[in-house]
Amino acid sequence: MKRYFPWVVILLVVVSLASSWRMPKTAPGEFDFKKFGEIPVLAAGRLKPLDTVARNALVILRGRQTLRLENGQTLTATHWLADVLFNAPAADQYPAFAINNPEVLGLFGWQQGDRKYFSFDELAPFLEKIDGQGQQAGEIESAQRSPYQTAIYNLRNALVVYQQLKRSVRPEDAQDFSAEVEAYGKLIPIAMEATRKGDKADPSEKEKLGMFDKLTQRYQSLAETSSIQPVPPLDAAARQRGEWLSIGASLVGTGGVNPTAKAYAAMGDAYRANKPDVFNGEVNALASAMAAQEPVATGRASFEFLFNHIAPFYQSMQLYVLVFLLVCGSWLGWSRSLNRTAIYVTLIALAIHTFGLAARMYLQGRPPVTNLYSSAIFIGWGTVIIGLFLERMFRDGIGLACASVIGFITLIIAHHLAGSGDTLEMLRAVLDTNIWLATHVVSITIGYSAMFLAGMLAMLYVIRGVLTRSLTRESAQALARMTYGVICFATLFSFVGTVLGGIWADQSWGRFWGWDPKENGALLIVLWCAIILHARWGGYIRQRGLMVLALFGNVVTSFSWFGVNMLGVGLHSYGFMDKAFPWLMGFVGSQLALMAMAAIPLSRWRSRLTE
Amino acid sequence: MSMWRRFFDFISSMKLAIACLAAATVLVFAGTLAQVHFGTHVVQERYFQSMLIWWPTESHGFRIPVFPGGHLLGAVLLVNLLAAHLRRFRLNLRNTGMHLIHGGLIIMLAGGLFTDLFSVESQLQIAPGETKNYSEDARFVELVIVDQRNSDADRVTAIPEARLRRGGTVNLSGLPFQVVIQHYYENSQIQMLDKAETNAGRAADHGVGAQVSVREIPRATSVDGVDLKSAVIQLVPTAEGGVAATGSLGTWLVSEGLGATQTFSCAGGPWRLEMRPVRYYKPYSITLQKFTHENYPGTDIPKNFASQITLIDPSHSVNRDVLIYMNHPLRYAGETYYQSGFGKDDQTSILQVVHNPSFVAPYIACVVIGFGMLIQFCYHFVGFTRRTNVTRAK
Repeated sequence: MKRYFPWVVILLVVVSLASSWRMPKTAPGEFDFKKFGEIPVLAAGRLKPLDTVARNALVILRGRQTLRLENGQTLTATHWLADVLFNAPAADQYPAFAINNPEVLGLFGWQQGDRKYFSFDELAPFLEKIDGQGQQAGEIESAQRSPYQTAIYNLRNALVVYQQLKRSVRPEDAQDFSAEVEAYGKLIPIAMEATRKGDKADPSEKEKLGMFDKLTQRYQSLAETSSIQPVPPLDAAARQRGEWLSIGASLVGTGGVNPTAKAYAAMGDAYRANKPDVFNGEVNALASAMAAQEPVATGRASFEFLFNHIAPFYQSMQLYVLVFLLVCGSWLGWSRSLNRTAIYVTLIALAIHTFGLAARMYLQGRPPVTNLYSSAIFIGWGTVIIGLFLERMFRDGIGLACASVIGFITLIIAHHLAGSGDTLEMLRAVLDTNIWLATHVVSITIGYSAMFLAGMLAMLYVIRGVLTRSLTRESAQALARMTYGVICFATLFSFVGTVLGGIWADQSWGRFWGWDPKENGALLIVLWCAIILHARWGGYIRQRGLMVLALFGNVVTSFSWFGVNMLGVGLHSYGFMDKAFPWLMGFVGSQLALMAMAAIPLSRWRSRLTE
Repeated sequence: MSMWRRFFDFISSMKLAIACLAAATVLVFAGTLAQVHFGTHVVQERYFQSMLIWWPTESHGFRIPVFPGGHLLGAVLLVNLLAAHLRRFRLNLRNTGMHLIHGGLIIMLAGGLFTDLFSVESQLQIAPGETKNYSEDARFVELVIVDQRNSDADRVTAIPEARLRRGGTVNLSGLPFQVVIQHYYENSQIQMLDKAETNAGRAADHGVGAQVSVREIPRATSVDGVDLKSAVIQLVPTAEGGVAATGSLGTWLVSEGLGATQTFSCAGGPWRLEMRPVRYYKPYSITLQKFTHENYPGTDIPKNFASQITLIDPSHSVNRDVLIYMNHPLRYAGETYYQSGFGKDDQTSILQVVHNPSFVAPYIACVVIGFGMLIQFCYHFVGFTRRTNVTRAK
C-alpha cells in the first residue's frame, strides 16, 4: 500500500484535472455559448474574447464570474452577457448587482436582510440618486473614502459598466434589428444623393433623408455608449492600427453596413426570438468570417477562452492545499511515501501554475509581471521553485510546506486583486518596455518571493520551537542554514532589481533615484537584508536572532509590496486597496506577535535548544 | 591604544554600519509615510536631502534635531565604508566579491550625494512651432526687471527667490534704482479689493497691486498643492554714483498669480516687472515640430507620447531633428531631455530637463557590484551545497 500510495494520489489528481479541462458540450437545440464566447472583440484597448468581457463585467458587478439566479440556476458569464447584449429586458431582472453596505441599502429605504444581490430593475428607480452620490464620492481621493462612499462609488461604476454593455451592440428597443440595419444600408446611397441635390431633391428623397438622419442619430448614440468594439475595420490602415469599431460607429460614416455589424444584428434577433439553431448558425458564420479576416486575434481569443475555462491558478491553489496536507501527514508518519507524493503533487501544481503564467505572457505579449495581480502570481511561483530546491537539498518536507503555504496564500491574494476587472489590462506608456519589465520587475518580485520564504521558515522555527518538542538541534540548524541561504538569495535579487529600477528611472524620468514610495519600499528590503547579513557576519545575532530579523523581513516585504500602494502617492501607485488594509495590518500584527514569541527565553521553549 | 586608533576602529566598525543601516531603514520608512501629507518634494528636502530632521518641522523659531537626515547618514556610511576598506582590505579570492560589492556601493553613495548637490532639474514646455532656448523650474521663482528703453534688445535683471526671501534692499549695478523688498510671501492669496472678505487694504500703490489685496496663507502641504509666491517691492531711484536720491517710484505687488506683466517708466523709458518661474538659458535652441499623444484604441490609457524636435546649436554647427519619446531621452551638452507629459489639450509637450554631471556613477557602480555579487554568490553557493551534502552523508 505504502509503495503504491503516491501513484494512487497522482492518478486521482490527474483524472480530476482532466475532467475539469474538458470543454462543456452544447446539446442540440441549445444556444452555443462556447462558440459565442470565443468571438474576439476590442475592449479597454485589448482584443479579447467575449467570454473575458463577460467574466470581467460580472466580477465588477458581483465579485464572481458566474451568476446565480434566485431559482438556484447558475448562468455562465457568456450566457449572462448574451442576455445583456441582446435581450436586455431579461437581463434587467437578474440579481446581478452585489450590495453589502447597509448604508447604501438605507439610501433606497431597504433594510439589510438575507439578500445580497439585486437586479437592475430594482435599482432603476434610484439611478439618479446613485449617480449623484457616486459622483460625490468619486471626487474624494480613494484613500479617504468611507466604506459607504466606496460602496456607492463601486455601485455607480458597476451600473455604468452594465448600461454601457446593454447599449453596445443594439438599441435597447430594437425588435428586428437586422431589418432595420438592412433598410438603413439601402437608405445610405439615396440620402447621399439627396444631400448632393440639396433643395432640388424631390419630397420622397427628402423624406428618406429625414429617416436616414434619424437612424444616424440613433446609431451615433449607440456608438457613444458602447464599451466594446466588436467590428474589425475594413480599411487596411485602420486595421493595421488595430482600431476596431463599435457597432454604432461602424454604421455611421463608413458609407455602408459592415458585415460584422449585420452578423451581430442577426445574432441578436435570433437570440431574442429564442431560436437557438438560427443563433448558432449566425455565430458559426461570424466565427469563420472572423477567423479568415483576423486569424491572429481569433486564435488568441479562443486560447484565452480555454485559459478562462481551465482557471489554472484556481486549480494550482487547490493542489497547494493538498501538498500542505500531505507534508503535514508525512511529519506524523508514513514519511517517505507521503513526502514523495507531496513532491509529485507539487510538481503537477507547479506545471499548471507555470502554464497559467506562460499563457498570460502569450496573451499579453509581455514579461510575467505587469501589475499587482501578476506580481502575486509570480511571487507564489518563485517561492514554490525555491522551496522545491530546498526540499531537494534537505528532504525534510519543510521546503514543500513553506512553498505550498505561500503558493496558496499568494494565489488567494491574486484572486482578490482581480476584482477590478481585466487582469491583462494594457500598460501605460511609461511601462511599455519589455526589457525593463522582464529584468527590473522580475528581479524585484523574485526578491519578494525569497523574503517571504525566509520569513515562512522563521515562522516554522518559532512555532515548532516554542510550542512543540519537534525542533531538535539538527533541524534547528538546518532551518537556520536554509533561512540564511534564502536571505542571501533575496539580497542578491532585491538589490539587483532595485538598481535596475534606478537605471530604468534614469532612462525614462531623468533621475536614478526619486524617493518615490515604491522605490523606497524596494530600498527598505535591501537595507533590511543588509542589516541581517551584517549582523550575522559581525556575530551580533545567532540562530534565534536571524529568525527574529527574518520574521520582520515579512513585515518589510509586505509593506514594500502592498503597503506603499495604499499610500496613494507616487508614480508606482496603481490603485488603492482599501479592503486589503486590515489584512495587511493583521499580517504585520501576527509577525510582531511571533517575534515576541521568539523572544521568550529558550528555557521556556518546549523544544530543548541552546544558543 | 591611542585616541586616533580607537576613533578609527569605531569609524570602520561593522556596528556603525549596522547602526547607519538601521537608522536609514527608519528614515526611509518615516519619509515614505510622510509623503502622504507633504508630497514627494517637501519630504525629499526635509528627510533625504538634509543633515538633520527638525521638530517641529514648520516653525521658524525654536526647534530641535530629532533624527539624522539622509545626507548625514549617507556621508557617515560613506566614511564607514572607506575606513572599513582601508582596515580590512586583503587581496584573495574569498574576499574579492565583497570588496567589489562595497567598492561599488562607495561609488553609488558618492554619486548619489554628488547628484543631490549638483544636479539641476527643470522643465521645457513647448508648443508646436515654438522655439525656446531656456527651461524653467516651477518650484522656484525669480523677479525679473526688464529694461525696455533700448528698442533693439531688452536687458534683463533677475533677482532669485532666495534673495527675495532675505528681504532688505537690493542694489543692482547699472540700474537707476534700488529694489526694497517690503514683504515676501511664501504662499499668498490675492483677491480683488471689492471681493475681499476682510477689510484688507490694497497691496501696493502702483500697478495691479492697487486693485487687489494680498495676504499670507500657510504653505501648501498636499501632494499637488502649489504655493503662490508673491512680494511687495518698492523702487527707490538712485543718483549717479550710488548715493540714494530722495523719494520713491512707488510700490508694486509682484506675484506668480498675476497673469499680466506690469510696466513703469523710469530714467526716460519703459521698464517691465515680472515674477516668473526661474529660467535656465542654453547656448542652443529647440523647436518643437510635432507632438503626438496616442491612446490605446477606445480607451484613455496613454500608449505613447513623442516629441519631434529640431535641435539647433550654431556654435557647434548642430542642426538636426530628434525624436524624444518614452524611455528614449535626448542627451545633449550635459543635459538630458525626457518626455514627461503634455499640457493644454494634448497640444503642448512637456519635457523634463535634467543636468546631472554624475549620471554615469550608478551605471559604473552597478557593473562593479553586479560582478562582485556574482563572484560572492557563486563562492558561497558552492560552499553551501557542499556543506549540505556532507551533512546528509552523515
